Amino acid sequence: MEEKETTENHLVLLVLFWAYVLIPLGWGVFQTFKKAMALFQ
Amino acid sequence: MSGFFSKERTTAGHAYNRWLIPPAALAVHLCIGQAYAFSVFNEPLTRVIGVTQSAPDDWKLTTIGWIYSLAIVFLGLSAAFGGKWLEKVGPRRTMFTAACLFGGGFLISALGIKLHQIWLIYLGYGVLGGCGLGLGYVSPVSTLIKWFPDHRGMATGMAIMGFGGGAMIGAPLGVALMKHFHSETSVGVMEAFVVMGILYFISMVIGSVAIRTPAPDWKPHGWTPPVEAKKMVTKRHVHIDQALKTPQFYLLWLILCLNVTAGIGILGQASVMIQEMFKGSITPEAAAGFVGLLSLFNMGGRFVWSSASDYMGRQNTYFLFFALGTFLYSMLPTFSGEGNIVMFIAAAAVILSMYGGGFATIPAYLADIFGTKFVGGIHGRLLTAWSTAGVLGPVLVNYIREYQVNHGVAKADAYTTTLYIMASLLAVGFVCNLLMKEVHEQHYMKHDEVDDPLQG
Repeated sequence: MEEKETTENHLVLLVLFWAYVLIPLGWGVFQTFKKAMALFQ
Repeated sequence: MSGFFSKERTTAGHAYNRWLIPPAALAVHLCIGQAYAFSVFNEPLTRVIGVTQSAPDDWKLTTIGWIYSLAIVFLGLSAAFGGKWLEKVGPRRTMFTAACLFGGGFLISALGIKLHQIWLIYLGYGVLGGCGLGLGYVSPVSTLIKWFPDHRGMATGMAIMGFGGGAMIGAPLGVALMKHFHSETSVGVMEAFVVMGILYFISMVIGSVAIRTPAPDWKPHGWTPPVEAKKMVTKRHVHIDQALKTPQFYLLWLILCLNVTAGIGILGQASVMIQEMFKGSITPEAAAGFVGLLSLFNMGGRFVWSSASDYMGRQNTYFLFFALGTFLYSMLPTFSGEGNIVMFIAAAAVILSMYGGGFATIPAYLADIFGTKFVGGIHGRLLTAWSTAGVLGPVLVNYIREYQVNHGVAKADAYTTTLYIMASLLAVGFVCNLLMKEVHEQHYMKHDEVDDPLQG
C-alpha cells in the first residue's frame, strides 16, 4: 500500500516537473511559430 | 547547506525515476538559452537616458554589442576551465553556482543601467553571466549520459534542445517585460533585467535541487550493457587531461567548430541574406518569419538528430551532416538564381537543423570516444570551438560580402562566394570525421585509477 502511494507520488511529481518546463517551452515555440507564419503570408 | 550540495548527497537511490533528470537539465538550459535572445535589449539600451530617442550621453550600439560578445567568450572560458571543477564537485553545486552567476549577472546589469555605468553591465551579464552560461551548459550533460546509457544522444539532445528553446522564451518574455515597465522616464530594460534575473535564478535553483547522479552500479531497468563492444564506443575512460593529448580531441574540436561556423554563417545573417537574395519578393516581416522558422529547425534538430544518432551511430550522423550540408550549401546560390524561394527556405531549414544537431550530438560522441567518466569536463573544453566559431562565422560572412560589394558585385550575388566557402568548410569537416578512430590504448585509464574522480 505504502509502496503504491510512493509510486503515485513519484508519477505526480514527474508530470508536474515536465509540465513546469514544457509549458514555457511550448509558449516560446508557439510565439516563434506565429512569427514564422509571416513567411508564408 | 554545503552538505546538501556535496557530490555524495546528489547520488540517487536505485528506485529514483531517471525521467526526472531531463526536466532538471531543461530547467537550467531553458534559462541560459536566453543569451541567444539578448539582441532584443540592444536598441532599447541605446535609449536609457533619452527614452523616446537616443540622447548624446546614451550608449552607442557598438558599445552595447560588447555585452553579448563578452558573454560568449566567458561561456567558452568557464566551460573550458570549470569542467574539471564540475567533475570534482558534481552537477548540483555547479548548477547552483551557474544560477547565482546568471541570475546575479542580470541584477548587477540592472544596477549598471540604474547608475548608467556600462562596465557594470559588462561585468554583470558579460563576465559573470557568461560564466553562468558556461557552467550551466556543461553541468547536466554528463549526468544525463550516465542516466541514459541506452539513449545517450536522445538524453543530451533533450537538454541542449532547451538551450535553443530558451531563446524562444527569452525574446518574447524580454519584449513583454520591457513593454510592461515602459514609462515616460524608463525604457523598461532595468526592470525587465531584475524580473528576469530573479525568475531565472529560481528556475535554475529548482533544476539544481532536482538533479541526481546515478549510483555507480545503477543501470536502467531491463537493460543489459552490450556484451560485444560496438565499434567507436568505448567502455573504458580517458582522463580529462589525457584527452587533450589525443588527436581525437582536436578532430572533434574541428568537427564542432566547422559545423557551427557554417550554421552561424546563415543564422546570423538570415534576415538580410534572404531579403537581398530575393529582392522585392521578401518583406522585412517575412524575413523575420524566416529567422523564426530557422530557430524552430535549429531547436528541433537538436532533439531529432541526436536521438537518431543513437541508432545511426555518431560518426555516421556527422557524415550525413557534412555531406548533406556541403550539398545544400552549394545549392543555395542556384536556388537563389532560379528564384526558387521554397527550395531555398527548405535547404536553409535542413542546414540549421543539422547545426543544432551538431551541438546536441557532440557530448554523446565524446562519451563514445573518451568514456563517460570525464565527459562533462572534456565537453567543457571542447566548447572553446563554439566560441571560436562564434567569431569566425559572422566575420567570414560579413567581410567577404563587404569585400565583394565594394568591388562591384551585385548585393544579390554577394553571398555566392561565402556560401561556397561554407560548403568547403563542411567538406573539411567530413574529412575530419573520416579520420576519427578509437583512442590509442596508452590513453585509457588503468582500472585502479578510475575510482578517484580526478586521479591521473
